Amino acid sequence: MSVEVTERPQPQPATSETPLVRIRALRKLFPITRGILFQKRIGDVHAVDGVDLDIKRGETLGLVGETGCGKSTLARVLMRLYDATEGSIEFEGQDITHAKGGDLRELRREMQMIFQDPFASLNPRKTVGSIIGAPYRLHRVVPRNKIKSEVQQLMELVGLNPEHYNRYPHEFSGGQRQRIGVARSLALRPKLIVCDEPVSALDVSIQAQVLNLLEDLQEEFNLTYLFIAHDLSVVKHVSDRVAVMYLGKIVEMAVGQTLYRNPKHPYSGALLSAVPIPDPDLAAAKKRIILEGDVPSPIDPPSGCRFHPRCPNAQFPKCSEEEPELLPHHPGQVAACHFPLEDRAIIETPAGG
Amino acid sequence: MAEPLLEVKNLTVHFPTDDGLVKAVDGVSFSLLPGETLGVVGESGSGKSVSFLTVMGLINAKQAVIEGQIIFQGQDLLTLPVDEMRNVRGEKISMIFQDPMTSLHPYYKTGDQIAEAIRVHQRVSKQEAHEQAVEMLRRVGIPRPDERADQYPHEFSGGMRQRAMIAMALSLNPDLLIADEPTTALDVTVQAQILDLLDRLKQEFNAAIVIVTHDLGVVAEHCDHIQVMYAGKIVEAGDRRDIYYGAHHPYTWGLLASIPRLDESDTKERLQPIRGLPPSLIFVPPGCAFHPRCPHVFDRCRTDVPELLPADGHHASRCHLSLSDKERIFQEEVMARS
Repeated sequence: MSVEVTERPQPQPATSETPLVRIRALRKLFPITRGILFQKRIGDVHAVDGVDLDIKRGETLGLVGETGCGKSTLARVLMRLYDATEGSIEFEGQDITHAKGGDLRELRREMQMIFQDPFASLNPRKTVGSIIGAPYRLHRVVPRNKIKSEVQQLMELVGLNPEHYNRYPHEFSGGQRQRIGVARSLALRPKLIVCDEPVSALDVSIQAQVLNLLEDLQEEFNLTYLFIAHDLSVVKHVSDRVAVMYLGKIVEMAVGQTLYRNPKHPYSGALLSAVPIPDPDLAAAKKRIILEGDVPSPIDPPSGCRFHPRCPNAQFPKCSEEEPELLPHHPGQVAACHFPLEDRAIIETPAGG
Repeated sequence: MAEPLLEVKNLTVHFPTDDGLVKAVDGVSFSLLPGETLGVVGESGSGKSVSFLTVMGLINAKQAVIEGQIIFQGQDLLTLPVDEMRNVRGEKISMIFQDPMTSLHPYYKTGDQIAEAIRVHQRVSKQEAHEQAVEMLRRVGIPRPDERADQYPHEFSGGMRQRAMIAMALSLNPDLLIADEPTTALDVTVQAQILDLLDRLKQEFNAAIVIVTHDLGVVAEHCDHIQVMYAGKIVEAGDRRDIYYGAHHPYTWGLLASIPRLDESDTKERLQPIRGLPPSLIFVPPGCAFHPRCPHVFDRCRTDVPELLPADGHHASRCHLSLSDKERIFQEEVMARS
């Protein structure tokens, strides 16, 4: 379906081969300081620690990991909300790692973000119309007298009643508020939308509505999503490729069902086996990999493979000394592990299922 | 048949507000046997938490209009004087909450908080209570419990805090443990650890457990019986196989069809959301509260409130559809998907 899009000059002809986003050796450290007047740097939180990642045009890349693994930091560095410590980010072949001022402003039209908490990400003092219309006013892509009709079109598109233009966020339910966030992110017709836990604050019946909406919009506007979530079932449902992050690094990445069929990294296996399945028989037959303890501190991450202190397959001294590389396994699958899991499904789906 | 541990009869909890009467719980009846695990599923505003806060005596006649009976070990908790209820709460029935960050006091050491709970109910010295607290921390799987007991809650991770909460809740060896969304704030791997811990402790302490949650996966793996709540009423109840392999209520079908599943087939199928929004508890729709969202609605649903009728054994549902229709639709629409 073709939809009128405000044409903008392409910075440089990018072929369909070049990924939309190319992240190389990206690191983001947050310094920990002591002292008030004379701040002394006493350490760093290694939030993102050497990530290579390509996001292809039109795909949905799922990013999963537990609290504190750096997935949201990665998204924010990509969005240029944080400055990268090291490494590079390219968007459509252009280096945007240090983009500033006008360039950054241009970039904001191309990539937008949907936040987790629909209660905290909308200004309670502004009407829905002015929240969704803000990108138009800031970027001056639509004449002032046309903003209202554009916003109402957007509201209709995401399933909100356009007559509610003058209402305030508190008059909407959680699911509707998330739709407002989606409409705002779509206003400038971006190429990339980073969805940071877009449905985790919603009730299950509403979750499905928002996920379906995101899928429809992707088809209609040829959007690329970076979809961050901790719920592996949701990520599986929406993603073409899934990357698993642990303590600031990507430990496994695979296309389609490969990750779910044959996880190679023990951490991916453990994550998958921990997801509760709403089917008592399948749940009982599930092969469990139980992890002990908590995620170590990213201030002083473990040596070698970062997962080795919790890994059921770790062999010493190799795992605690040598850092594993991301190596290919099945087609479209890479994993960083010295002793990868054997081919087997964590969840046996009944034959012919 | 064994004597039920807890029997709730026709419980209603209505909150008077400026906008009208909020019918949070509206005629809930169920019973729970000793040693059983009951899963209570529902969305926000379905009345699942309010029902069990009332069982705990944390919602009382000052805040709400409460009717019905809550019979626990032969006593009606609703008629119990405040000081006697205080003895029941904590000692016989205890509760763990969703957010372990807000349910531990940030100013007091974790071990002292557990010891305090013990000393309120038992005549023991501070030293003994502290030793018991350390022992409880050890039993819930906290490493180096003696050092951990002297730490403040902020020094614990989310999973560890939830373990400490469980240690506190079980320290008086209660007969009933109510877990209100015990793992919603936690990561999946930690969630699995905590749920396994609850399973194990249930054996050890021989307690009945109620898990209140919105996650159909959690109940599938850990509960014997399941109740589905909607708009203050139980709309379906049964053994877990009844619910997952033969649900009778359109709302339960909607829940099962709307969640993405890890075991779903490779072809990307669209999720089937439940249309519309949950109703306001002030203006609950007449007839069946679910009828405005129900795809199988017919005339009778708009006027008559359906009863919670048993089909066989434990399995009961609150829906006007005939049993044969329910079975047919479930097979065609819900099972076909997985």
